[in-house]
Parts: sequence; structure tokens; C-alpha cells
Amino acid sequence: MLIKRKEFLQVGSLATASFMLPQFLKAFEKPMMVPPGNKVVVVIQFSGGNDGLNTVIPVRNDIYYKGRPGLGIAKDKAVNITDEVGLNPALEAFKGLYDDGSLGILNNVGYPNPDRSHFRSMDIWHSASASNEYVNTGWIGRYLDAQCKGCDKPTQAMELDDVLSLALKGDESKGLAFKDPQKLFNTSNGKYFKDLNANHQSGEETVDYLYKTMSETISSADYIYQQSKTHPTNEAYPNSDLGKDLKTIASLILSDINTKVYYVSLGSFDTHVNQENQQKRLFTELNDAVKAFTSDLKKNNRFNDVLMMTFSEFGRRVAQNASGGTDHGTANNMFFISGGLKEKGVLNAMPDLADLNEGDLKHKIDFKDVYATVLNKWLGADDKMILGKKFQYLDFI
Amino acid sequence: MAASNRLKNQHLLWRAGFGPMAENAADLDKLSSKDLWGLLLKTSAKKPEKIEVAQNLIDGLYKGVQDVAQMQQNGLSNDQKKQIREQSRDDLKNLNIRWLEEMINSEAQLREKMSLFWHGHFATRVINSYFQQELLQTIRENALGNFKDLLREVSKSPSMLSFLNNQQNRKKKPNENFAREVMELFTMGRGNYTENDVKEAARAFTGWGFNLKGEFEFRKMQHDDDSKTVLGKTGNFTGDDVLDILLEQKQTAKFITKKIYRYFVNDKADDAKVEWLSNRFYQNGYDIKKLMEDIFTSDWFYEEKNIGTKIKSPIELIAGIRRLLPMEMENDQAQLLFQKTLGQILFYPPNVAGWPGGKNWIDSSSLMLRLRIPQILSANDIMDIMPKVDDDVQGGMMEMAAKKIKEVTRGGTAKIDWVLAAKIFEATSREKLLQKIADTVLQTKGHVPDTLLEKYLNNASRENFIKSAIINLMSTPEYQLC
Repeated sequence: MLIKRKEFLQVGSLATASFMLPQFLKAFEKPMMVPPGNKVVVVIQFSGGNDGLNTVIPVRNDIYYKGRPGLGIAKDKAVNITDEVGLNPALEAFKGLYDDGSLGILNNVGYPNPDRSHFRSMDIWHSASASNEYVNTGWIGRYLDAQCKGCDKPTQAMELDDVLSLALKGDESKGLAFKDPQKLFNTSNGKYFKDLNANHQSGEETVDYLYKTMSETISSADYIYQQSKTHPTNEAYPNSDLGKDLKTIASLILSDINTKVYYVSLGSFDTHVNQENQQKRLFTELNDAVKAFTSDLKKNNRFNDVLMMTFSEFGRRVAQNASGGTDHGTANNMFFISGGLKEKGVLNAMPDLADLNEGDLKHKIDFKDVYATVLNKWLGADDKMILGKKFQYLDFI
Repeated sequence: MAASNRLKNQHLLWRAGFGPMAENAADLDKLSSKDLWGLLLKTSAKKPEKIEVAQNLIDGLYKGVQDVAQMQQNGLSNDQKKQIREQSRDDLKNLNIRWLEEMINSEAQLREKMSLFWHGHFATRVINSYFQQELLQTIRENALGNFKDLLREVSKSPSMLSFLNNQQNRKKKPNENFAREVMELFTMGRGNYTENDVKEAARAFTGWGFNLKGEFEFRKMQHDDDSKTVLGKTGNFTGDDVLDILLEQKQTAKFITKKIYRYFVNDKADDAKVEWLSNRFYQNGYDIKKLMEDIFTSDWFYEEKNIGTKIKSPIELIAGIRRLLPMEMENDQAQLLFQKTLGQILFYPPNVAGWPGGKNWIDSSSLMLRLRIPQILSANDIMDIMPKVDDDVQGGMMEMAAKKIKEVTRGGTAKIDWVLAAKIFEATSREKLLQKIADTVLQTKGHVPDTLLEKYLNNASRENFIKSAIINLMSTPEYQLC
């Protein structure tokens, strides 16, 4: 199995390895080396529906300022990156990334027949399904299914959270969720659970499935905890939740762990009321954490191998509401941050505010195009199989 | 080896209800499964008492609040809207807790279990406690009745009509959402009708809506009364006609029967048995009680492959623990927290398709939490898990919600009535005690070896021994199965 694991990391496919029942009981004996160039994706989810228009601001668009007399961000307040485009004032470090050529902004990303319920729209993004389809697995989970049949560890995709998101649930394989390695280690390393695991005799299929999950969790917890300690980062991270999460992620990226996808959430961006302060606070947290993270990766020569991407379940309406906020909208922008971008800066046209659908932006790019691009070009995976059909590749990586 | 009487009876109680309860778990050796089934039927025969929680919402309904989560324009101020939404969410919490109490304490085990099945089959997610309360009552009243009535009443409920946007389904401007799901999820299942059938059916459902009192209303002016063709039949159909056409299809009986088989018997459907059951279900005019009787009185239901091989849903898990261990929860928030972190909150299904179930319940974090819950309840461990934000519920107020949750994290514990729990084993000798406890707690064929278990048991007293044995047995992967 060890040899095959190396193959997975280098060739990116273990789809042929058969599922050996006794194998799961012992999980990994040795950590495996990660070859340089091991590509990693870090997904940052903006929960609650981030207001894209006050994130990437059309600073010369009258319609924008007309629709947002109180909430619009003036050109001289924004962090301007081009003559037409400014960023939210709290995203000062993103200007540095832009100047560096390590920031990509993709506008007008969405899907047909958008749903305005948080939960449902997030479901659609997580499962990469059409808005009238109900799919019980997520795009990263299905990536695990495709890449990892028979792998004895769910550490290929990890979420920094107590509860696992749909995005990371596959049919056979599922990602691993934990808030911090120490806590994971403590809760899954009870002596009783280890004893149970060691004494299990395989038998009925469902019981075995549960024991397999428990066994993987125990050994992964151990593995993650050990790995997280091997390269303690010297970088100063902010003491926010996201700061801590990105610090954990950085220390794992710098270790020998085999993780390909990290997943983390920030929120809530559901700014119906008093939007300015709430978005500012969240973006300050984002800005400071991303600043430390990118600097850390650069110093350790891993910035070219890491692609960070952000998304939200929907954007918000163009016009502000009566409470100093904005209501649920549709299409939105995404950030891509990496030292390895092929196309940089503002990747496509800003939203056309003169061509709206009942006050909402029309999407120009299906978010599944982005997934297909990341799966195929960054992770070397079979995007068609994972997404169920062929989507258009983009050129930013 | 044939299954013991106890195992069979517990199997029936787990599948047709929420597991054995402390008060009568001792009697399960003697009773025959046929008699137990008779008891289950008898105790579920009465009309259920309504769970009423919605407060001041009628007022909101009169003001035109159709879906309080998405109130946009009406005469209410922002503060009033917010207040109604918050009230409604609080009511929904009460509805959740009180229904869960019914599942745990009611003698009508079969009815409540059946209702939980229909709650997932006719899944709606609307933040209007009045609508949800009414739909729940419809479901509980018809859970063991006739599927035709149930389908019709649910289809006409404001909860379903608003969730699937049928208020917007009008002549010449059809909204197909409701028509599509009626076919795909409620009756026939995907692949048994065409896109055109959906389009035509949607026209028949035009004009189906509800008024401000939360009552079904047929709006003649919005109804398209021209001719439609649905599943090969042509006529000036109404919505009721389309439901009749769907119920005439044998495929509907088959689809429902298969889902019931997978829910109550085994995740892997046995095609021959489903065929036999569904033919009878169809011939019996969709009598749900008769279908369940066919299942629960069959010999194959008690076959080894069907016992102890199904993953409990979070609700089944929690209710099952609380039935065997009578307890007073320290606070209600903790109960919701368990549901949230384990992935099944009553009245908040993931989407109209309901909870997928089976292996979907299990991932590394949900499994580890499941294994720790008995420890948390008995105060050997603390609840330190944060659920995800749900902005449909919390409306961006994550910080407040987080604070509330922090306050309850130490409150996951309960006062367990160990005296009552220990009574189950009153007549059991010390030598046979561990075996008997394991046989009562677990449904799986094999389980943790006694030698391992004994290392973790408290021998200080008989009660401590029983207590530590139950808690440890519940903290196993085997206990996740029924």
C-alpha cells in the first residue's frame, strides 16, 4: 500500500487500487513524503451571502452609486487597483497581492435559476448540482471518491470546523472535520475507542463501515496532530478564528501530510442590516489572516503550489435596502490567490449594472466551470466524472 | 441460531418505534412479536393530540406574512418583521422539542415513527411555525391512514404550497416546482414521467394557494382550465385530477413501498418483496396500516440480515437513548445542539428530498460525537462542538447564536433516573448481568468482547456496574445500529 500511496501523490490517481478489507484496520504505518510541487487548494467560504459589489467595487459606475446612496463605497475610500475597480477598504493586503500578480478576481459567477435561500443555494454550490436537482454528495467528496478508492485515510481533504460540510462528503469517502489538531487528538484518542478499534473482528458490512470510519478517524487524528507539530510556523498570525485556522493549515501544508484540499468558513455575511460595519469586521479578519498566510507560504517557497479560492452562496441585490444593508441576490465574484496564477488581476468584465434581472446581477460564468478548472488543472483530477459532465475550463491556472 | 424473542421484540420496537423503554424492557422475553405488534397498533389507534406552539402568528398571517423567512413587501415595519421571524423560530424550537418528547414518551410509538418517516418524505423547510404545526398535525393524523388522503392534504397545505412556490403558479405563468416534486419525490419517482408531463401537470395546479388564515384556497381566476395531457390522459384537469392520475399509477405504490421498505426494513431493497408488498398496497387502496402490518408480521422482517444492520438517524439515536434511560435534560438548547451537530434538525430538512439517511449520517466528526453522546449525557464528558451557522435561521446574527451556544455547551448533561433503568435487570443474576445488559442495549449480532468491556466497568456497586455497562455499550459503533 505504501508504494501505491506515493503513486497517488505523484501521479494523482489511485482509482485502480482495490478496496482491501483488512487494510483499513491498521491505517497508515508511516507518514509519506510530499513531493515538492504537490498542489493544494484552500477554499474559503463566505457564509451568509457576501455583498460582492462592496467587495470588488465598480468605482466609476453611476448606477452603483445611485442604487446605494448610503452604502456605496466612494472611489477615494476604496483600495483602488485599476481606474475602474476598487476593493473594499478593509482588503488592503489584497492590493499587495494584486500588485504581486498573485490575485485573480472573477466576476459574475453564479448558476441558472438562482435560489435565494441560504441553505439551498449553499447546497447547490457544495454539491455542484443544478438548482432543480438534489444531490447528497459534494464536489470535493466526489473528488475523494474518484482519487481515493480504497485509501485508508480521509486526510486528503480536511475542513477546519467541528461539523463536516456537504462539499466534503462523497459516496464512499468523506473528508475530515476538526477545529484544531490538539482537540481532534484528544477527543478521538480515548483509550476506550482505541481498545474497541483494536478488538473489532470484521463481520457485518455496516458495522465494519462504522469501525472503518472510527479507525480512520483515530489514526488520522494521530497523524494530523504529529504533522501539525513538525513544522511550527514562525509567522505571526492574527488571533482571530480565521487566523488560527490558516495557521493550522499553513503548518500542515509545510509538513509532509498528504492533504490536497483544505476548507474553511468565514461569516456571517448576511448583512440585511448595518452592513458596513459587519463586512468591515469580517474583511479585516480575512485581510490580516490572508496576509500572514501568504507571507508564510512565500517564505517557505510553497506559495506557487497553493491556490486559495473564495466563494459565497450568492451575492446581494444591487440596490441597498432601507436598513443600511442589502438583501439576497444572485451572481457574485470569487478571489483566487496563488503564486502560480497564469492569468492575474481582474479576469473578466465587471458586472453590467445596466442589464439586470429584476434588480439582480445576471451570471456570466457557471461556478461549475471554476470547479472543473480547479479539479482538472490544479488537482489533476477527472472533472467530468466528478461533476457529471463537461464544463468550460478557464485560463487563470 | 434463530433470533431470541427479546431480540425480535426489540427489533420491532426499534423499527416500528424508537426502541425499548426502561419501564417495559424487562418484559420483552415473554411476549410474542405478534402480540407486541397488536399492542403497537392499539396504542397508535387514537387520534393524536395536536401540538400547538404557534403564538401570535395568526396576526402575522392576517398581515400577509406568507413565508416569514422571505417577507419582502407588506405593511410591517422592519422591527415587526424581525419580531415575527424570531417568534416563529422560537415556536419551531418548541415544536421540535415537544414532538421529540412525543417520540420518546408517547405510547403511540408506531404513529410517531411513521410520522417521522412522512416528515422526511413530505419535507418542507419554511420558517413559519403555524404552517409547520398544521402540516405536522396533518401528517400525524394520517400517518397510518390512507396515502391518498395524506398526499392530498399535504399537497394542499400552506407549508408545502409556499415551500414549493405554488402561490406563484398561475395561468399562463406557470411555476413548475410543485408539480415536479409531486411526481419526482412524492409519488412516482424520477424516470417514470416526461418533462412534458411536469409542464402539463403544473398547469393543472395553477390557482392552488392559501389565504391569509393559512387555509387552502382554489383561485379560479388563476387556474388554467384548458385541456392538458398528463401520463397519456387528456382532459381539462384540475390539481385533484392530476393527483388521482398519479395515484392510479402502480408505480406510485411501488415507489412509496420501496422507500418504506428501505426505511423500516433494510437499506438494500429486496425487489421481490417490494413487488409483493406494493401490489398489496395498491390493491388495498393505499392503506398504510395494512402495508405496515404486511411488513411487521412477516417472517422475513425478523431475518438476521434485517436485524441490527440499519444506521440510526440522529433522532432515532437520541430518542432511543432517552427511552431506555429516562432522563431530565438540563436544557432544551442542548437537544437542538445534538440534532444540529449530528445533521438532523426536525423541521429543517436539507431540501425537499428529505434526509438521505444510511451511511450519509456518518462521517468522522458525526461518528465521534455519536460515540461521545452517552458520556456527555451522563456527565463524563462535555459538549464542546459548535454547529454551523444557518443564516436562514439565524439571519446573520451568528455572534449572538454563538454566545447562546457557549452558554449551553456545559449543559449537555441530563439527570438520568438510574434507579428506574436498573429495574430492568432486577431479576438478573450477577453472572448473567453483563450479557443481559448487552442484549438489551445492542441489536447487532456480534459486539465488544466482555473481557474488554470489563476493564471499563465500575464494580463498586450493582447500580454503578449497570450504569457503566450501559453507558459504555452505548458508546460503541454497534449502538449506532438498530
